[in-house]
Amino acid sequence: MSSRPSRRARAGQWLLLAAVAGCAWYLAHTAAANLRRHDMGFGFGFLLDHANFDIPFRLIAWHDGDTYLRALLLCVLNTLLVSALAIVAATAGGLLVGIMRLSRNWLVRHIALVFVELVRNTPQLVQIIFWYVAVLQTLPGPRQSFVLPLGALLNVRGLYLPVLRAGDFTGALAALAAVALAAALLLRRRLGARGLIAPALLAAACLASAAGLQRPALRGFNVAGGVQVPPELVALWAGLSLYAAAFIAEIVRAAILAVERGQREAAASLGLRPAQVLRRVVLPQALRVMVPPLTSQYLNIIKSSSLGAAVAYPELFQIFAGTVLNQSGREVETIVILMAIFLAISLLTSAGMNWYNRRVALVGH
Amino acid sequence: MSGGSVAMRLKPPRERRAGTAAWAASWLRANLFDTWTNTLLTLLVVAAAALILPPLWRWGVAHATLSGTTRAACRGGGACWTFIRVRLPLFFYGHYPAAARWRVDLSFVLLAVFAAPVLRTRTRRRGLAVLLLVTLFPALAAVLLAGGVFGLMPVETNAWGGLMLDVVIAFVTVAGSLPLGVLLALGRRSHLPVVRALAIGFIELWRGVPLLTVLFMSAVMVPLFLPQGVSLDRLVRALVALILFNAAYMAEVVRGGLQGVPPGQQEAAFSLGLGWWRMQALVVLPQALRIAVPAIVNTVVDLFKDTTLVSIVGLADLLGVVSQALKDPAWLGFPTEGYVFAAAMFFVCCFAMSAYGRRIERQLAAGR
Repeated sequence: MSSRPSRRARAGQWLLLAAVAGCAWYLAHTAAANLRRHDMGFGFGFLLDHANFDIPFRLIAWHDGDTYLRALLLCVLNTLLVSALAIVAATAGGLLVGIMRLSRNWLVRHIALVFVELVRNTPQLVQIIFWYVAVLQTLPGPRQSFVLPLGALLNVRGLYLPVLRAGDFTGALAALAAVALAAALLLRRRLGARGLIAPALLAAACLASAAGLQRPALRGFNVAGGVQVPPELVALWAGLSLYAAAFIAEIVRAAILAVERGQREAAASLGLRPAQVLRRVVLPQALRVMVPPLTSQYLNIIKSSSLGAAVAYPELFQIFAGTVLNQSGREVETIVILMAIFLAISLLTSAGMNWYNRRVALVGH
Repeated sequence: MSGGSVAMRLKPPRERRAGTAAWAASWLRANLFDTWTNTLLTLLVVAAAALILPPLWRWGVAHATLSGTTRAACRGGGACWTFIRVRLPLFFYGHYPAAARWRVDLSFVLLAVFAAPVLRTRTRRRGLAVLLLVTLFPALAAVLLAGGVFGLMPVETNAWGGLMLDVVIAFVTVAGSLPLGVLLALGRRSHLPVVRALAIGFIELWRGVPLLTVLFMSAVMVPLFLPQGVSLDRLVRALVALILFNAAYMAEVVRGGLQGVPPGQQEAAFSLGLGWWRMQALVVLPQALRIAVPAIVNTVVDLFKDTTLVSIVGLADLLGVVSQALKDPAWLGFPTEGYVFAAAMFFVCCFAMSAYGRRIERQLAAGR
């Protein structure tokens, strides 16, 4: 801009800062006075107290009487789990629907359009509650479970997936495969796709060494064996994934349309088949346009995972704004913790995506 | 999905003189059966539709019940729309007293009257229309809805509910967050470092946390920040939270519009001797907001959908009253009907708004 801020404006901004600071001081002062009146201090020491509640779904061990701090860790893991699952599913689904939106087939194109419009124009919370109450809770009981491929069972208590029973060498082989995969990624420039041969072979050996699949089975009135995915997780995951998939589909569509037509024609004239044109020429270029808006969709998924509170999925918001707040009575602290953790996860995710964006960006842009 | 189906969309060559049947055949060939992959896809889609649509039709229409007043009427085996019909007043007005519901209806008529000139494409004095919509209309609607003056029976905000509450919340939130968002966007582009830092801090803080935590804070924590003896209505607290939260999103949308205004405009305004505020108000913002209208409409659609979140902090919006009604022992067992109805109501409103936004976008694109 041609104008430099005037001296008056420059002085004015300090007045604004003083006003903001004054408001903040006044609010803090009032809050402190109110807390004193209710004989409540402020501090995070309560995190080391013993928590007497159950967390029905968890990835690591939880015993009655563990500290609030451990409960926090469990909840963060649950939040990250559902967010990660939803991000993967939403990306895959969004890519699929976005490509369908551009299909030459009229039916396919319009089915994708109807999906996108239906999902984008109804509230996410209604969708999540719909999946939970109107779909998953009306499933039959364990005795009439739906049997899915690989022996997985679906009933009103959730989804029961088969698990691999570890053999003698399974753990060691899995570790080796992970090391080989990391090496292949590090030496990607030198080895290219050949680097993936060793990890793939090791992973196959790992699968072969497993003593077999442990399938969930009906035992009395319940299901035993396998790993149980609670319906709350399934509903929240479905709600988050489908909603974000509709938005990602539009991002994918816009990005594909933004790839110059000449690129496609040049690829076709080189004799590439349409699938190859899409995979080798169009999508890699569309990816550059897609990354920034995708980042904000991923952040939306992470933030919306707090809607798990509506279906009682034990994530950060549900446990801390509910159980922990009621038990400890620490209103300010719980909300500060909640906001700080969500803010931290958001900032880390966007930092990671920005790093990826710089890597895929065109040099010189 | 095979990549073969993605390609530039070619319009089927249209034989003008050919008959309808010939045209239909050529359309089918070009759009559904042009390659073997497409033919396969078409057959798959038709098979899936044949599997899914008939049961859906039987449930929702053919075997559904709409008449009657009790659940005993629902014996067709399909959807029980009777549940919805009987509860319709609850879903629209919440627990607003039946004798005063005409006031809600009148407020909505007023909203349509005041909003029409703002939304119409060709309006003279749009500025005046906007001013009336955000000053006179809210005053009239507040008198009508809350009552307590001119002999109108007072109605507590606790009794407000249903779809009406969603609309009230959305309107107040837009009216409050848009001006705040404009200020924040200007602040973020300011050359004054302190102003810029404050604006960035505010915007990124709200955008980094879930709306639910913000609403929850308004419900639980705000009383702590008020002096002793002062209390705020629960609805007002939620509104303040929603306004602050959405202002951050509006700010980013307006910033996008500001970036679309050519810098020459500012330089020209400056050389005409306009000061900073007059330059922004008379030259920059009118152009920036025009560019930003489609994105603003998208934000409004998002925030309208997000009004359902107030049901988690105990306000009885449409989703809240539907969930309440589903717990009624006399009407147990109709969650699908209830949530499909709630989703349909939101779909109608949001789809209309999205369509309006797309129309404006096309006009803007054509005007360039």
